[in-house]
Amino acid sequence: MRPRQLLRHHLFWPIAALVLLLVLNTVSNPSFLEIRLQNGQLYGSLVDILRNGAPTLLIAVGMTLVIATRGIDLSVGAVAAIAGAVACTWIASGGSAATAVLLALGACVLLGLWNGFLVSVLGIQPIIATLVLMTAGRGAAMLVTEGQIITVDDPLYHQIGAGFLVLPIAVLVSLGVLVGVALLTRGTALGMLVESVGVNPRASLLAGVRSRTIIWTVYVFAGLCAGVAGLMISSNVNAADANNAGLWIEMDAILAVVIGGTSLAGGRYSLAGTLVGALVIQTLTTTVYSIGVAPNAALVFKAVVVIAVCLLQSPRTSQVFGVRRKAGPRPSRSEEVTAA
Amino acid sequence: MKKYTAAAAAIVLAAVTACGADGSDGAGDDGTLTLGFAQVGAESGWRTANTESIQQAAEEAGIDLQFSDAQQKQENQIRSIRSYIQQDVDVIAFSPVVETGWDAVLLEAQRADIPVILTDRAIDSEDDSLYETFLGSDFVEEGRKAGRWLVDNSDGPTNVVELQGTTGAAPAIDRKEGFEEAVSGSSDIEVIATQDGDFTRSGGKEVMEAFLNSHDDIDVVYAHNDDMGLGAIEAIRAAGLEPGEDIRIITVDAVRAGMEALAEGEINFIVECNPLLGEQLMELVEQVAAGEEVTKRIEVEETTFTQEEAEAALPDRQY
Repeated sequence: MRPRQLLRHHLFWPIAALVLLLVLNTVSNPSFLEIRLQNGQLYGSLVDILRNGAPTLLIAVGMTLVIATRGIDLSVGAVAAIAGAVACTWIASGGSAATAVLLALGACVLLGLWNGFLVSVLGIQPIIATLVLMTAGRGAAMLVTEGQIITVDDPLYHQIGAGFLVLPIAVLVSLGVLVGVALLTRGTALGMLVESVGVNPRASLLAGVRSRTIIWTVYVFAGLCAGVAGLMISSNVNAADANNAGLWIEMDAILAVVIGGTSLAGGRYSLAGTLVGALVIQTLTTTVYSIGVAPNAALVFKAVVVIAVCLLQSPRTSQVFGVRRKAGPRPSRSEEVTAA
Repeated sequence: MKKYTAAAAAIVLAAVTACGADGSDGAGDDGTLTLGFAQVGAESGWRTANTESIQQAAEEAGIDLQFSDAQQKQENQIRSIRSYIQQDVDVIAFSPVVETGWDAVLLEAQRADIPVILTDRAIDSEDDSLYETFLGSDFVEEGRKAGRWLVDNSDGPTNVVELQGTTGAAPAIDRKEGFEEAVSGSSDIEVIATQDGDFTRSGGKEVMEAFLNSHDDIDVVYAHNDDMGLGAIEAIRAAGLEPGEDIRIITVDAVRAGMEALAEGEINFIVECNPLLGEQLMELVEQVAAGEEVTKRIEVEETTFTQEEAEAALPDRQY
């Protein structure tokens, strides 16, 4: 790939930001990139970034498919809180970890069905339909935990968020789901059908695509992803905190999807982009802690990086780059890339 | 069938969001005092203990308690204070959700001749005649207590990392200030890193992981609440170190999970932030209702716990 094409690739700037953040960290702390094997598990900053980013990545994968259908799911944070609340309450009352996980995920599938029902059957706008559960869901999680932080002590449950099989289990789960979804949607026509629904649900329906089923399914899948992420979050600290678990994670997930080049207007998506987006967001958070950005400046620091990436990625900016470098006889090239 | 299920679910969801209605009974004039209390919400174990303490103390003191839960929203709290004014209760008490924006509603209470007591959190108003007194913890003093213990219990150079509460929150600002003030006299103690852990376990764990990776000379963790300290314990253990031994931990709050970790030796020292202010509040209610002058600032009685003290105190701990 020639440098010009490289520069115009939709993941060039997010990856550049990621590399820049890693360099920044390494400069401030030379041992940042070090990874060592400790008690049979990998340990180091990079591993922490992957592990802490796993819930966001998982939710972002679900979100990618929802957004590809021109939808959005604001309720994922609340669903994650419900999953943790259900699982920890069950364990705290003497239940086994396995049943707790099944119960929690069952509840999340139901919540996904509810979202999908509102959007695909009743035709309510996704942002409103999922807003219902975003606000009410956290209340439901608090009902489950009776407003308390439920602490559990179950070694098996602790594995989901903090366990290791050389790599953190949470990372393996998230990457596994990412690869699975990529194979399933890109290896078959399913991905194209999802995109066609996002471009025009009615036209897709007329062309014989089951729009309703596809839309319903992606919301259920997003709910399930949020549920697993919620289990990771709560198992990581051995506790369910209905107020704070997964708070604003929907925003991080949407941001990861957008940074990755998936259009909020639906109709196209990039799972590799979502992976890069989620890594950028988590690395940004870790950078704030590691290089010692003052807490009251942390949000500004994050905002500046995100704005910079989004600006550099915008069609207008890449056009500017295209125009400036337009030496050859192919004037339509830049438009082609922005449309791709 | 599907529609009925959906309708039922909608009703459940609506019910979940719509609780926190105000009490509707008017204040009786049969000689018993009526207290209208507008609580912040039920966001933590600390707050729940606070609510239970107030309800229990009111019952014991024979005070008729009208209680409302604002679910973290100022407009809800203002609405319940207005309804207490209409009910003509004898005293109004509340824990303000935020610091500003109370002048109008407190002026209404003043005109209706109902004394107001602030609990746990202060308000930011130029006119301090709007309330009788503020009963709450002194967060700066809590920070000082933590700092003083460290000064007394360390010899040689000591590197401290600080897990701050949510940036901008009064307890976070004050606990940081008090701690710095107490350790400033000691040349050995140095705060080498401080970050926002958001008062949560996940936040505390994540920040502590980053600290452990970027500093290899951490001796002490000072966390602004127990939950962040509990998160830090997990991070320290994951790094292959022994919490309480290799890295000492100081926290503030003394909720049950924190006290248990203290008794087990994973935390070294906890400064109490006491939510059980019910009895003190009821005494104040009786005083202001009787028209007695009270001081503008009353501090909640608070203590500190070492590991041995925690072990002794745990069996009787209410929260």
